[in-house]
Amino acid sequence: MASKPSDPGGDTLPLLEPGHTFGSITDKISSIVLTGRTPLFWYITFGVGFILVLVLLFCITALVAVGVGLFGVMIPVAWGFAIVNFVWWIGIGHAGTLISAILLLLRQKWRQSINRFAEAMTLFAVACAGIFPLIHLGRPWFFYWLFPYPSTMGIQPQFRSPLVWDVFAVSTYFTVSLLFWFLGLIPDLATLRDRATRRMPRFIYGMLAMGWRGSAIHWHRYEIAYLLLAGLATPLVVSVHTVVSFDFAVALVPGWHSTIFPPYFVAGAIYSGFAMVLTIAIPLRKLYGLEDFITLRHLKNMAIVMLATGMIVAYGYLMETFTAWYSAEIFERYMMMNRMFGPYGWMYWLLILFNILIPQALWIRRLQTQPWVLFLIAIAVNIGMWLERYVIVVVSLHRDYMPSAWGMYSGTVFDYGVFVGTIGLFVALLFLFIRLLPMISIFEMRELVHEEEGRSQ
Amino acid sequence: MAKLPIYGLIAEFDSPEALLEAAHRVFAAGFRKIDAYSPFPVDGLAEAIGFHYTRVPLIVLIGGIIGCLGGFYLQYWVAAIDYPINIGGRPFNSWPSFIPVTFELTILIASLFAFFGVLALNRLPMPYHPVFNVERFELASRNRFFLCIEAVDSKFEIERTRRFLDEIGSLGTYEVES
Repeated sequence: MASKPSDPGGDTLPLLEPGHTFGSITDKISSIVLTGRTPLFWYITFGVGFILVLVLLFCITALVAVGVGLFGVMIPVAWGFAIVNFVWWIGIGHAGTLISAILLLLRQKWRQSINRFAEAMTLFAVACAGIFPLIHLGRPWFFYWLFPYPSTMGIQPQFRSPLVWDVFAVSTYFTVSLLFWFLGLIPDLATLRDRATRRMPRFIYGMLAMGWRGSAIHWHRYEIAYLLLAGLATPLVVSVHTVVSFDFAVALVPGWHSTIFPPYFVAGAIYSGFAMVLTIAIPLRKLYGLEDFITLRHLKNMAIVMLATGMIVAYGYLMETFTAWYSAEIFERYMMMNRMFGPYGWMYWLLILFNILIPQALWIRRLQTQPWVLFLIAIAVNIGMWLERYVIVVVSLHRDYMPSAWGMYSGTVFDYGVFVGTIGLFVALLFLFIRLLPMISIFEMRELVHEEEGRSQ
Repeated sequence: MAKLPIYGLIAEFDSPEALLEAAHRVFAAGFRKIDAYSPFPVDGLAEAIGFHYTRVPLIVLIGGIIGCLGGFYLQYWVAAIDYPINIGGRPFNSWPSFIPVTFELTILIASLFAFFGVLALNRLPMPYHPVFNVERFELASRNRFFLCIEAVDSKFEIERTRRFLDEIGSLGTYEVES
């Protein structure tokens, strides 16, 4: 299994450990799902996630029964944790579709063993993200007012507002990600149907596979549809975080009203998304013994993408500071000084440390293939990206134009409860997915085996 | 047409190359009611059995156009006809503000058309298909490759077709009950 001759970095790390056949790949990946035994760590992790889901349910119930006053939001900071967490989760959700769609169009073969669970991660992250604006509405039971429908009140949503664009962007993103993910799953569901020995799994996977039989004509249409969906999802990924950034950029608050926001938000989203993929992939490959499929090559490539997008984010921070100074506008300049040296200054420096300084370690080649080092860096980036959104949302709002309207903000126990609860929901959903569906795309791995065989001959 | 006693004959192969080779030979021998089954998409296999054209891209394009025009008209109708409201002196039809939602709905409808279009063209969901009667066929989703000549083909003649399939390298030829 030689590396590509055009590979200047001398990447000799394989995409797939040698010695695998169509059969061994199929058996290995499907056995994780079809085995009767569930490993202990699964129960422990799922259990922790489930307890946090209960915390989430408790907090949501309280927030609906009592009201959003339980959150720490108050004028001037009317967007608190809820929006910070929304942007954070949506950002994480960007890596899945990026890996599946953009890397597919670019013919990057290393996507094939990580795309499935990255897509699942996207779905769950977007689901977690969606909870926040919904609660933040104050009266979540009227959420359908956001959509245009013939109401007896005779009113309609305001399509000139980025907040309405957001509704369409996020719901489209979720729907398209779901379709893309399920389309990719169909052939694998057929594999599970054929491999299952017990009646019930056979029936359920059979229903979900919808009678897929791998006909050449079906594959032909399937591949074209899959490519087209990838082509549609690619501009979609870019548009979603752009629209999220419009929520801020269209407003006049110093620190928000900036044209750099769309590209810098998209880069940040990919950055945090890859960090989350690494955070999940590194323990999973170890626990399930999938080092053959998710190799050091995959980790290294993801580390490089993380480094590259991290540098774009760093450029974004630099330019924000530069523009604030260059604008010669007193409010912009004050915003920047306040961000660095104001009451929340420590957060800004922590963000620089986690998002910019620590990931520079990835320049060292040796560290790119050290799973646990990558894991720690990925965790740092996850935290750093959360701090970034906190700095953007809260620190910009708490001191804008009128000193008489300044104020301070901090999250309440319900803010933290909902946040931790969504992390639990994410973990619980992810582990259910791992237990019930193949976390690596089996048919694409067979294709990879075939291609690798062709190359070694 | 009277119901044929069998659906066809299915031949098993162990590699995509063998299947592709066999598909070419079966097609060259004049069989037309044929289908090939593989655990992953094989380049050129659909073409080998005489399938060159698919309407999937057209369906997606139609979906995209519906989403684009419908999405824009929805906003135009809401903002200019049904609920005209003056926001900062902007025109009722402030079309630049309508671009993001138009774009999202284009993608949304095109994607829905792609997904449901491919299912409909493939006639899925299909709860029953005769090829599943062959016991070995469950390996078609693991590591085996199959080629089926259907009994409705005008050149189909069970003994001769079976011999032909064996000749072109079938590892096992099975009758498919209908």
